Amino acid sequence: MSEDSVVERVAGRVVVLRGADVDTDRIMPARFLKAVTFEGLEQHLFADDRAANRARGDVHPLDEAAAGGAKILLVNSNFGCGSSREHAPQALFRWGFRAIVAESFAEIFAGNSLTIGLVCVTVPADVMATLMQDAGVKVLTIDLRAQTLAVPGVALWPITLPEASRMAWLSGEWDATALLLADYDEVAKVDARLPYLRTTSRNA
Amino acid sequence: MVPTAGTLLRKIWDAHTVRRLPNGQTQLYVGLHLIHEVTTPQAFDMLAAEGWPVRAPHRTFATVDHILPTDGQSRPFTDLMAETMTTALEKNCRTHGIPLFDVSSGVQGIVHVIGPELGLTQPGMTIACGDSHTSTHGAFGALAFGIGTSQVRDVLASQCVALSPLQVRRIEVEGPLSPGVFAKDVILAIIRRLGVNGGTGFAYEYAGSTLDAMSMDERMTICNMSIEGGARMGYVNPDATTVAYLKGRRFAPEGPSFQEAADRWLAMASDEGASYDDRVSFAAGEIAPTVTWGTHPGQSVAVDELLPDPRSIEGPERLSVEAALAFMQLKAGGAIAGQRVNVAFIGSCTNGRLSDLREAAAIVKGHKVARHVRALVVPGSQQVRSAAEREGIDQVFLEAGFEWRGAGCSMCLAMNPDRLHGDELCASSSNRNFRGRQGSPTGRTVLMSPAMVAAAAVAGEVVDVRRFSR
Repeated sequence: MSEDSVVERVAGRVVVLRGADVDTDRIMPARFLKAVTFEGLEQHLFADDRAANRARGDVHPLDEAAAGGAKILLVNSNFGCGSSREHAPQALFRWGFRAIVAESFAEIFAGNSLTIGLVCVTVPADVMATLMQDAGVKVLTIDLRAQTLAVPGVALWPITLPEASRMAWLSGEWDATALLLADYDEVAKVDARLPYLRTTSRNA
Repeated sequence: MVPTAGTLLRKIWDAHTVRRLPNGQTQLYVGLHLIHEVTTPQAFDMLAAEGWPVRAPHRTFATVDHILPTDGQSRPFTDLMAETMTTALEKNCRTHGIPLFDVSSGVQGIVHVIGPELGLTQPGMTIACGDSHTSTHGAFGALAFGIGTSQVRDVLASQCVALSPLQVRRIEVEGPLSPGVFAKDVILAIIRRLGVNGGTGFAYEYAGSTLDAMSMDERMTICNMSIEGGARMGYVNPDATTVAYLKGRRFAPEGPSFQEAADRWLAMASDEGASYDDRVSFAAGEIAPTVTWGTHPGQSVAVDELLPDPRSIEGPERLSVEAALAFMQLKAGGAIAGQRVNVAFIGSCTNGRLSDLREAAAIVKGHKVARHVRALVVPGSQQVRSAAEREGIDQVFLEAGFEWRGAGCSMCLAMNPDRLHGDELCASSSNRNFRGRQGSPTGRTVLMSPAMVAAAAVAGEVVDVRRFSR
C-alpha cells in the first residue's frame, strides 16, 4: 500500500445528526440497493428522512446550505446498526464525509467503513452533547496520531478507536486485500489442516 | 502444552487463524462463503479490476433471494433492475465456476435457509456472507458472520477475512417454554433486556436447558437475531440434535466419514469450565408472547403488557421512546393488543422454515383472514415450500385467504414488489422493525412469532396467541 493511503488527520466542516440507533436502512433504504455499482448512491443518502423533513417543511441537516463540503459527521450511539449493506458507508463517503464521530458504532458498519477509507472514532456521551449543543462548532480536526478531536485553537478532547483501526490508518494498510493475499502458502497450510474441507466438498 | 478448557469460539478461531496481521487483527480462513445477488456485483467488479481469480470457487455457493419476485418468477423479470442483478450473478458464477442454486435448481431459497437445509452449514466452520443475518448458521456451532461488499471481495480473492478478536457472552435460558411462547419470543426477550447494542464486540453463546430442548429450526431463529442485539455472531454448541439434523443432507459427509465428522463436531462444543467474558441468565417461564412496539427490535413488550410512557423515562432514552411511539402512532402507556393490522407477513430467514409454517397453520386452520388484512406466506426455500405442500399446509393458508408464494426474502426488506403502502401496519415474522424497512417510509412493522402473525391475520388486530391455543 502506498504512502497516499496513510490517514493521519481529518479536518473540515461538520454536520450534526441527532438520534440513537440510526440503522443502515435509514442511511440507505433498500430500494437503492438495486444497482450493480456504488456510483451515485450519495444522492440517496437518508432519502426517506430527508423527504419526511421536506414534507414537514423542515430542513434535514444534510440539506442545510452549510452541509455542502462537510467532511465530518457527528452522531449519537449505535450508529449504523442493522443490515451489513456497505452501501451505507459508501454513500456517506461518496457524499464527501471522511470521518464519523459517534458515541458508539455498530460493528459491521465500523468494519465496512474501515475497508473503504471512512474514519470512525468515538467520544463519550457528555462530549458529544457538548459538541452537538455548541452552535459554534462548525469545524473540527481529528488527529489519529495524537488521538484527539479539536475545535482548532479552542478546545481539545481525547477520542477512542480500536487500536487495529488506528494502526491501519497510520500505516496506510486499511485496505486488507493485499495483506490477505501476501505469503499465501500460510493460507494453504490452514486449508490443509481443516478436515471438513475434504469431506464436504466431495458432493459439490 | 497442557490443554486448557476453551469456548467453541476459541477452538474454531484458532483452527482457522492464518496469522496475526500487523494491526493486531486476525487473518481468518473462511470455510464456507455464501453469496447472493444484492451484495456481490460490486465485489466481482473489484476482483476483475485487479485481475484476481476467485480463490476457492468450490467453497463458494450462490443463490438468489433478496430481489427475486415471489409471485411471477418467469424471466425476464418485470423489474428491470432485478433482471440485471440476477443476470450479473449468473454470469459471475459461470465465469468463476461457482455453484448457483437458482429457481430452476429446486433448492433455491433464502441463503440462510438453504445453507443448513443442504448440509453446507456444519459445526466447526467459519462461514461468511454479505448479509448480517449470517449469524443464523451459528445454530450449528459455527462461527458465522455478516460482511460488507469489500470483504466479499476479500473472501473471493483470498478465502480469508481480517477480523478483530471477540469476547464471548454466555446466555443461559432455563426451563420449558410456556404454551404460545416460541423461539422468536425468547430472542426478542433477550434483545429487550441486553439492548440492541449490548452485543457489540461479543459473540453470543446460547445455552441452557431451553436451548438444549430446541430443534435446529428454533436455534436458527435465536441465532438469526443475534445481530439485532448488536452481536455479529451467535452460536449454540453442537449436540445430538445438530448431528441428527445433518445426517443424510446433500452436502453432509456420508457413510463412515459421517461418524468421524460427528465426533469432530461434538468436540467443538465449549468445554466444561471454559471461561466467559460475561454471563447472563433467563428463565424461560417468565417469557410471554412478545411483540415490538417501536422502531428497533429492542423496543418490545409482552403482548398483554402496557406500552412505556416516556414521561416516566429519564435521559436520552426518553426522546427515542417518544419518537418511536409517534412513528408507530401508538399511545404512551396504552396497549399493543387490539391495534388494527393491515398486512400479515409470514416468512424470512428468521421464521420462514417448515416448523414456522406448521405453527402458523395450526392457528389458521378453520379460520379466515380478516377482510381488511392482506396476508402472505413466503416459504424460506423451495424445499420448505414443497414439504409444506406435501403436508397440505399450503391449502390451510389458501383456504383461510393467505397468498402462498415462491421462496425469497420478500417483505422482510421489500426489495421485490412485496411491500407496505403508506402507513400500513404489518404483523411480521421477520427480524427488523426499522422505519421504512418494509418498503414504505411511513410503514409500521410489529415483529412477532409466526403463530402470533397468524392469529393477528385472523383477528385483524394484534392479539394474544394464547387466545387461539385451544
